[in-house]
Amino acid sequence: MTTKTDLDRDLIHRLRIDALVADYIHCIDEDRLEEWPDYFTADGRYKVITRENFDLGLPVALIYCDGRGMFEDRISALRTANIYEPHVYCHMVSALKILDSSGPEIKTQSNFTITRTMSEGGMMTFLCGKIFDTVTEVDGELKFKERTVILDSRRIDTLLVIPV
Amino acid sequence: MDTAQIAPGTDFVWPSEDVSQIPFRVYTDQDLYDREQRVLFQGPTWNFLCLDCEIPEPGDYKMTYIGDAPIVVVRDENGDINAMVNRCAHKGSLICYKPRGNVKEFACIYHNWTYNLRGKLTGVAFGKGVRGKGGLTEEFKHDEHGLERIRVENVRGFIMGTFSDETPPFAEYIGEELMASIDRVFIKPLKVLGYHSQIFPNNWKLYVENNKDSYHASLLHVFHNTFGVVRPTMTGGIKLSKSGWHHLSYTQREEIGDENIAKENLRSKQDDYALSDTRMMQHVLELGDQVTNSIQTVFPTMVLQQILNAIAVRQLIPKGVHESELIWTILGFEDDDADMDELRLQVNNLVGPAGFISMEDGCVGGFIQTAAKANGDAQTILPMGGRKIEPSVGSRVTESAVRGFWKGWRECMGV
Repeated sequence: MTTKTDLDRDLIHRLRIDALVADYIHCIDEDRLEEWPDYFTADGRYKVITRENFDLGLPVALIYCDGRGMFEDRISALRTANIYEPHVYCHMVSALKILDSSGPEIKTQSNFTITRTMSEGGMMTFLCGKIFDTVTEVDGELKFKERTVILDSRRIDTLLVIPV
Repeated sequence: MDTAQIAPGTDFVWPSEDVSQIPFRVYTDQDLYDREQRVLFQGPTWNFLCLDCEIPEPGDYKMTYIGDAPIVVVRDENGDINAMVNRCAHKGSLICYKPRGNVKEFACIYHNWTYNLRGKLTGVAFGKGVRGKGGLTEEFKHDEHGLERIRVENVRGFIMGTFSDETPPFAEYIGEELMASIDRVFIKPLKVLGYHSQIFPNNWKLYVENNKDSYHASLLHVFHNTFGVVRPTMTGGIKLSKSGWHHLSYTQREEIGDENIAKENLRSKQDDYALSDTRMMQHVLELGDQVTNSIQTVFPTMVLQQILNAIAVRQLIPKGVHESELIWTILGFEDDDADMDELRLQVNNLVGPAGFISMEDGCVGGFIQTAAKANGDAQTILPMGGRKIEPSVGSRVTESAVRGFWKGWRECMGV
């Protein structure tokens, strides 16, 4: 349980992380994907993995980025190489919980849902699950050092191209 | 092949002389789908069930499917692997409803009928009734009410299953040459690195065709071309089983001399687009040859994949006429060290539902399904490489293997 002492201590962290997450999801939902790598540290790690694999202790992810170059390659590939029906996400992130704020890196968890709307207008609940983040400060700004997105469903409808 | 034959239970007649024209109706017709379940999936075909290494201990089981039929695969007390239809002999409830686990016996949750790990009925709750009333009569014979057993074969750690006694042994089914290409890749004990599942908005056969269609590879999946990682030194080809049912498509580097390496580098440096991080294109030559890409299909719905160091088995499950599910089981070798584990995770960015060179396969089938729904009487054509079903050396610009699939489909379906 989060105590009053925890809240008093983490209030500023909560506000700053909330702002970081808001900036992050609006960047993706508004298709400013070239800015996406900037939300991570240069050595940032990012994984989108199913709950099935995570719970079984299996390492394979749907998307795995290790270091800035891989983040950039994800975006340049979806812009120039990959073919898919145009679509947009709407992220809903909630229930931010601070897991550890004792050191310079803050660990958090939150829930998310993403709806996907196709160019023809159809909308579906595309993904939901939990996000585990490790956030750190770089030159006065918060960045994700590690972001692990755990999908409740293992079934990906058609394909996954835009990052979560 | 008698072209005028009507598929029993349907009014479908194959409309042409050979398999170079495919009627759209095969992707949309419920009667044909129902017949496929009976005579193709439950007919003389081998279907991938699971891996030997997924159920290492006695009592370990895994749920899977052959077509629409739910199957449970289990290792028994003797270490033997059994596969049964996951359907209680009493009311037909699933006897197993958790995807994997370990059991001493199977107990149906509905009326607590129990089965041993070989599918034999061992107990019926209240079989003797209560206070002498109710229960089974003498005519009921436990031996006649076991789970329906499936024939299994362990092929290099892949557990294959077939409903039919007519199906030839697996090695004979795919033939010597394609058996050798399984042996080329799966050289050591395997381990599972993870699973993916991808739902396709299309009939299962469109995805099977896509795997056999090496012609589309560089046209639909332009990642390699875009990022200059196509090597001019590549050659490739298609191998086909004698039956035409199964295929292998491969690419390999020719012996690389300095001159050729210079060509490869030139191509990537000149390009406007280059990868920022090329780690996922690394290739540790672990199989003792220069094959970069090997896609092998086993009729009807199994795919064995080696793309650089990304190895996997893919299992396609039909989900009604207009949908299918692809289960990817991502593999490594049991003796991989930490560096190799990490390399495989990086290379796996290329494949899966979010894979740089595979994601398009998720949407292209749906694009065809949309057309098929509206054009039942029209047909697709498969002209590349002529009308024959034959291997190809040096070129993958052929639809020979797709025609081979349709030959197998017609033979199973009796049309």
